[in-house]
Amino acid sequence: MIDGLLMGLGAAISPFNLMMVFIGCFLGTFIGMLPGLGPMSIIAIMIPIAIQLGDPASALILLSGVYYGAIFGGSTSSILINAPGVAGTVASSFDGYPLARAGQAGKALTIAALCSFAGGTVGALLLMIFAPVLSTVAKLFWSAEYFALMVLGLTAIAAFAGKGKIIKAMCMTVFGVMLATVGESALHNAARFTMGIMDLQSGIYFVTLVMGLFALPEAIFLILDKSRSKAMANNNKIENLRISKEEAKEIAPVIARQSLLGFFVGVLPGAGATMASFLGYGIERNLAPAGEREKFGKGSIRGLAAPETANNAACTGSFVPMLTLGIPGSGTTAILLGALVALSITPGPRLMEDQPEVFWAVIISMYLGNLVLLILNLPLIPYIAKLLTVPRHYLIPFVIFFSLIGAYIGQNNATELLIMIGLGCMATILRFGGFPLPPLIIGFILGGMLEDNLGRAMRKAGGMEFMWERPMTLAILALALVLLVYPIWRDRTKKQSD
Amino acid sequence: MKLSFFKAAAVAGLASIVAFSPVTQAGGHGGKIDNIHFLIPGGAGGGWDGTARGTGDALTRSGLIKNASYENMSGGGGGKAIGYLIENAKSNSGTLMVNSTPIVIRSLTKVFPQSFRDLTPIAGTIGDYAALVVKADSNIKSFKDLVKIYEKDPNELAIAGGSVAGGMDHLVAALAMKSAGADPLSVKYLPFDAGGEAMASLLSGEADALSTGLSEAVGLAEQGEVRILVTTAPKAIDGIPSLKSEGYDAEFVNWRGFFAAPGISADQKAKYVKVLGDMYKTKEWEEVRAQNKWVNIYQPGDDFIKFLEKQEAEIGGLMKELGFL
Repeated sequence: MIDGLLMGLGAAISPFNLMMVFIGCFLGTFIGMLPGLGPMSIIAIMIPIAIQLGDPASALILLSGVYYGAIFGGSTSSILINAPGVAGTVASSFDGYPLARAGQAGKALTIAALCSFAGGTVGALLLMIFAPVLSTVAKLFWSAEYFALMVLGLTAIAAFAGKGKIIKAMCMTVFGVMLATVGESALHNAARFTMGIMDLQSGIYFVTLVMGLFALPEAIFLILDKSRSKAMANNNKIENLRISKEEAKEIAPVIARQSLLGFFVGVLPGAGATMASFLGYGIERNLAPAGEREKFGKGSIRGLAAPETANNAACTGSFVPMLTLGIPGSGTTAILLGALVALSITPGPRLMEDQPEVFWAVIISMYLGNLVLLILNLPLIPYIAKLLTVPRHYLIPFVIFFSLIGAYIGQNNATELLIMIGLGCMATILRFGGFPLPPLIIGFILGGMLEDNLGRAMRKAGGMEFMWERPMTLAILALALVLLVYPIWRDRTKKQSD
Repeated sequence: MKLSFFKAAAVAGLASIVAFSPVTQAGGHGGKIDNIHFLIPGGAGGGWDGTARGTGDALTRSGLIKNASYENMSGGGGGKAIGYLIENAKSNSGTLMVNSTPIVIRSLTKVFPQSFRDLTPIAGTIGDYAALVVKADSNIKSFKDLVKIYEKDPNELAIAGGSVAGGMDHLVAALAMKSAGADPLSVKYLPFDAGGEAMASLLSGEADALSTGLSEAVGLAEQGEVRILVTTAPKAIDGIPSLKSEGYDAEFVNWRGFFAAPGISADQKAKYVKVLGDMYKTKEWEEVRAQNKWVNIYQPGDDFIKFLEKQEAEIGGLMKELGFL
């Protein structure tokens, strides 16, 4: 192992490869800021260039830099303008954007950068030590367990069911799940709720929904609420990156927990960064003390640290099934796998023995990618955060332009713009009505996976028996129940003792 | 301020690269084609995208054409691009659309109203056979074992695949069972979003067998994780038996190929057929093909139409039998 490690290190730190990691991170960060261009499309664009490099280590280093850069860049648009470009950074906007609006954009971005770094680095460490063992974890989960995991993920919506909003939050969740049913159903080979519109055949496109739900109404509310945007622009703390000792103490345990949890969720094929970030968000909220819990969704630094750590750790975790089993667990790793095959590397159980230098170069490149990303981005944060001090009449058109481009670019389909504007109008009305929108997006993202896994689990077991046939399914479902009931019970008993 | 301008410029620059690829007109000077504009009915990074870009790359690097441009047009399971090519046929004589087996399946299931007949089929260029796969330590040793279990109780045999119920992987499993004289209707099929997830389901023991593409299965079989029971190739490949070689009358190839707009001139069509045919002799194509582990199948012009008609009849018949039509 040490030999391989040194070989990988030797390959990774040549001047040329260091330049690759730098270029990759830089490009990834900037392109990733554009909503609609997630890591998947950026890597797809970069692959021909990477293959031209010829050397597998250099190619992988470049691509993994792009990958991490894109995820980091995605968080930036979530936090600054409430326009998450990929599903994995949606949860970062829940608390990141309120923080930025309160004039703490610099701090929010710094927390995001540090948490990403920590999540990615811990993930790489775990990958290094446990990769061979972990391949068995990926083989444990059936559709029944995935279904249970989705149910667990849905408990995150409790964060938005604050005082008097329980019914509203539940309505929005159900609405989100309903939107997820639009389009072709994998289980029944039938198109549902498309109203004969061809553009709805493959369902509502995620970026279109997020832009319509978050970014567009946000721009409208910025126009309507003059006082708020003024407060935002005049706040001189915006460029302040400093995190106080108390804050560091507060998020340290969150980072520790979420880098572990995120990594293990990432190992499961198909779950990935999105599940990890929602789970992390929900769990941290339930673990937080009562006063802190109220802050979730309104600008809690825990609420930002949890998904930011978990999604990066999960990205690293998703390399486990790819490298050790040759199975891509996500769209991004599927594309990376294609690049590996094109470079004549066959990932699988024998990769570590047959081509140790490649295996280790990947892992070393992850460390490097995360490190360079941090070094590259920390000095840039004050400038990126300054974006918010841009006068309203420049900023708002910019946000609208940004979100329209985002909805268009991923699908190259002009109808997406119409769908997005329609969703935007609907979301604006819902916001006026005091309906929380995050539960809608959580319901939408988890709803599709929930249905598919439920259908498969039922088909496999021949009915609802799957819920108790396997101990692991039962355990996860029980955990979900506990997570829902425990905070209520805790508050009740506390009130009584008061 | 400076920064936001830079970003805006980056947005605009990118948008122009990704979105507004110019629609090039057909070259066609001196009996040769200068430019081909590839229309890709799905997003960047998919199988269609890789095929079009790989083909365009080989054609330009080998000097067979001067320029290749690409346009991704997702939507409607490919239907958006087909509709676009038909509606704008006149201005798209320089366009080739990439497509594959799903165009046949999806026009049968009426996902889109058109079929390959509404386009000008140019050539099928590459293909991949389907395969039925089990875990390496499974006690199912051959396709015969698989059929035996299936005939005893179809509920005991969950078969996973990376396409929707009634999609390609499901149809292949049903086709194999039918060829063995078993009832294709009761295949217990578990649909997954992608081949990778279906493979994970096989390795976890949730699925007892997997219906997938041969190229996807070969890598894992080499690593000793899975065993390929049988393929849908016309004959055994590298010692892996095929349905045909085992005496079952069933064959299937998942092809990828190119279509031009309807109503292009016979001359123009012949040029496209020729340029794709010439491509196979170039070392640049061989590089691209080997890199992607594609299998050459060259079915030019009318052969391609005949092949498509045959596949449509076979798949259509099977889908009717299964109740999907």
